[in-house]
Amino acid sequence: MAVTRDSMKKEFGKRSLWATLSGVDWAFAALVIAGAGFVLYRYAAVMNSYEIIILSGVVPAMIALGWHWKAVRWLLLAVAGLSLSAVGLYGDSLAPAETSFLLKFLISSQSAIMWMSVLFVLATVIYFAALFLRSEYAGRVASALTWSAAAMGLTGLMVRWRESYLVHVDYGHIPISNLYEVFVLFSIITALLYLYYEGRYQTRALGGFVLLIISAAVGFVLWYIFEYGGTGIAPLVPALQSYWMKIHVPANFIGYGSFSLAAMVGVAYLLRERGERRNPNGLLATRLPTLDVLDDVMYKAITLGFGFFTLATILGALWAAEAWGGYWSWDPKETWALIVLLNYAAWLHMRFSKGWRGRPMAWWAIGGLFVTLFAFMGVNLFLSGLHSYGSL
Amino acid sequence: MTTHTGRRTTGAILLDFLGSMNLAITLLSAVAIASVIGTILQQNEPYQNYILKFGPFWFEIYKSLGLFSVYSAGWFMVVMTFLVISTSVCVYRNGPKMLRDMRAYRENATESSLRTFRHKAEWSFTQAPAALREAIVGHLQSHGYRARIKEQTDHTVVATMKGAANRLGYLATHIGVVVVCVGALLDGNLPLKIAEQAGKVRIETREMPANEVPLASRLPADNASYRGLVSIPEGAKVNYIGLKLRDGYLLQELPFELQVKDFRVVHYPDGQPKSFESDLVIYDPSEPAPLEQTISVNHPWIYKGITIYLVSFSDGGSQLTLKAWPLTANDAVQELQGEVGKSLKLQSEHGSQTLELGDFRLYNVQPAKPGSGKEFQDIGPKFIFKLRDEKGTALEYENYMLPLEYEGRQYLVSGVRDNPNDKFTYLRFPIDAEGGIDRFMRFYAALHDKQKAQAAVQKTVTRQLAAAPANPSMQQTLTALLDMLLTQFKAGGFDAVTEYIRQSLPQEQRAQAAQLYVELLHETLRELYAGVVASEGGSVDAADHSRFFDDAVNVLGVLSAYGAPYVLQLTDFRQVQASALQITRTPGKAVVYLGFGLLLVGVFIMFYLPQQRIWAVLRQEGDTTRVLIAGSSNRDPLGFAQRFQSVCEALEARLKAL
Repeated sequence: MAVTRDSMKKEFGKRSLWATLSGVDWAFAALVIAGAGFVLYRYAAVMNSYEIIILSGVVPAMIALGWHWKAVRWLLLAVAGLSLSAVGLYGDSLAPAETSFLLKFLISSQSAIMWMSVLFVLATVIYFAALFLRSEYAGRVASALTWSAAAMGLTGLMVRWRESYLVHVDYGHIPISNLYEVFVLFSIITALLYLYYEGRYQTRALGGFVLLIISAAVGFVLWYIFEYGGTGIAPLVPALQSYWMKIHVPANFIGYGSFSLAAMVGVAYLLRERGERRNPNGLLATRLPTLDVLDDVMYKAITLGFGFFTLATILGALWAAEAWGGYWSWDPKETWALIVLLNYAAWLHMRFSKGWRGRPMAWWAIGGLFVTLFAFMGVNLFLSGLHSYGSL
Repeated sequence: MTTHTGRRTTGAILLDFLGSMNLAITLLSAVAIASVIGTILQQNEPYQNYILKFGPFWFEIYKSLGLFSVYSAGWFMVVMTFLVISTSVCVYRNGPKMLRDMRAYRENATESSLRTFRHKAEWSFTQAPAALREAIVGHLQSHGYRARIKEQTDHTVVATMKGAANRLGYLATHIGVVVVCVGALLDGNLPLKIAEQAGKVRIETREMPANEVPLASRLPADNASYRGLVSIPEGAKVNYIGLKLRDGYLLQELPFELQVKDFRVVHYPDGQPKSFESDLVIYDPSEPAPLEQTISVNHPWIYKGITIYLVSFSDGGSQLTLKAWPLTANDAVQELQGEVGKSLKLQSEHGSQTLELGDFRLYNVQPAKPGSGKEFQDIGPKFIFKLRDEKGTALEYENYMLPLEYEGRQYLVSGVRDNPNDKFTYLRFPIDAEGGIDRFMRFYAALHDKQKAQAAVQKTVTRQLAAAPANPSMQQTLTALLDMLLTQFKAGGFDAVTEYIRQSLPQEQRAQAAQLYVELLHETLRELYAGVVASEGGSVDAADHSRFFDDAVNVLGVLSAYGAPYVLQLTDFRQVQASALQITRTPGKAVVYLGFGLLLVGVFIMFYLPQQRIWAVLRQEGDTTRVLIAGSSNRDPLGFAQRFQSVCEALEARLKAL
């Protein structure tokens, strides 16, 4: 049988990445490039070289993300659309926040983040309802709500970025500089990580568990707003005025988000395992993903978190070398970042070298959350040090 | 693990131990625990603080364990060293295996062993083995697998793999950790510790001018690595920095002289600091001219391998002009000149006190009043000082230069505390129409003027008894009572009056009498105040006076706790600021960054480039060829299961179509 090499490839072989891309993918890439091109054309004069490098790095990263994870393209488009609408409505002053209906009730940063909060809490409830009522439809609704919440949250941050410039042109900064802002960031990143795995493993049964921790973060944000009125935009203290913040903080939160996700999957693992022992035909043993899948998601989340947390800690060290005069000062936040890394390094070693799986690893992942939580919040609440920007 | 037969050498046992996972995990835990201790226990504080906190017994124990500077304690260094050794041994033992494994296709795999794999498939085809083999190789190659073929007498093994770099990821990660630690060691204070053990260096614990620090506590300018601090007032020059160590310091000499020409704080419109900048000049003997550069937070100056960072700022000896209002009967108003960081003698009728000028702050940003449209506002300069009496006890004060507004009125504000851990208690001296506290001070003086007090008492008594028939004994009793109340008030304010009532009256009468007494006292004070206002040529009936009077009485009522013989008002200043600079020499930085790079690249390769192998064994059995496919991956088992299945399905279809 004579077949050409090319047709063989087409018929049986794995299609190359380029061949799998659809017109939508290319349109998406073109849009991202066009957007970045426009920004460079319009604003390159007021950007420093680091910012131009960061923007240039964001373009391929965003395209790769969109190609690898198709659903996120629509999220990015929605966020871009909503954010640009808000920026357009604002014009050159903050006044429209009170007069424009859309801004006041939907897409000013405050409103958008409120919507995000409501949608996340709602999604949590519906995810659990879907699990207990075995309702496929409710699950789809919960997913849609989570996507919407992420879109509103991201829009809120984007718009807040713009608002900071409107408060005063010198105040302008990326909104990841205080406790309120990073909690919103945490909620969004954790939700997106979850949504990725939801699509990847085709299961919505974990939604409630993961969103539980997001709802807790949302609860904290709301408490913080009402207790401290903590939504005001303040200028950056000199130590934070650096391009490093734009990469150090998000990398950190991918770490925090992944570790949180892993812990909540660990909870689901323990429940399923217990369900299988106690009541093999019960809800937990039949509705939750199989132990293999849970173990796998947990492992993947921890590796992703470990990678990004390592990256974030290294970026932090590079920044510290510039701002504080030393790449490592044993500052409490640095030290706790190291503790978090050591903890998960031990977890990974146990898995790789000793082949530990299952229950102990799930418990360990849950314990890891507390270590992570302390590094994230406890250090700022209880210990002093150089990282005292996000204190209460 | 290989099993050993016979006796093993000590070296082998040691190597086994050092490279074992148990030791590695134990060391990771030890570092983690030490780190936790180091963050919970505040590090490198003055020893005095620890003694106060833990008492002398536990202080000694903690000190001997090195808990006050965990990260440079000997045992911590040992743990870190073992962690490096353990990781190195691990790399040494596994590295060669892994490098071999990267190149090994394992084409000797047998069918029986492959059948035990989790991922496998078996088919029979009528096609000849050679054609099948070629199709299989082509198919797997198109999936990115590299292939080796081994022809045996009765069967053919196709061994393929991809992702061999995964092993490099392992090596890069672990070598990265070792490299980071080695680099950090170059910058750490291990050499210093050794020099100290050898008696070459002695930590200085006494405060003294830099040029008097003995030679044994000085480090030469060619020292390879250091990290220290120095505070330089505007205009001053230094050629040394201080290295803080345990309860003392060492002096590190610099190869140049460093001068701070100017220090600036640039502010946002609301008064928050936007940036801190220092203009520096380096006088390097090897350079023909001085070099200048401005540094700021996040923007250090790197000069010949030495990096100069601006870390903070403080007062560098601002000149303050003060007006001292006496809070005594007989002292006069004084004008004082002082410098922050220095002391003055302050004489009053209560004796001599030392005025220690601690700090001066030009900007004091506070949350703004709601509704002002701003979040923060600057409330003007303040200075902080201590008044120490001859016995050595001191009270600490902070006084604002400009009047501050409370509930629509202006006050001169002074805070006082007797313990640095407490918050300040603020006294608000009401400001008069001229913008000063002159009227308040006249009121105060009138209160302490016997004649004026007497006159006020008389007036009050006369008015109280105007309606009643003349009664000398009643008049006398009331006069005595008012005198007593006034005396108590002068001595101890409202507290003393309350105490007097408690002691002089039976309980059942107290509540009623107390109200009466306070009213009488107020009336007498108002008489006094009316006299003060009259002496200014005004009338107490004018609006505004009743609030002023209330404010003044409130201050007078608590003044006894103020504890100072004078109210110090800042009238003029010339600010001098000092820049706190961190100066470091870190030759290990490049090594550490190399390690960071290896670590990061290694981690991502290790996690996201799994090493995957697929074997195919073809065996001719009569007219048919049996094909056994098996695969394995060292990461991501579920993902590999899916990929393996789809590869197999496509492959089967392809082979059938041959």
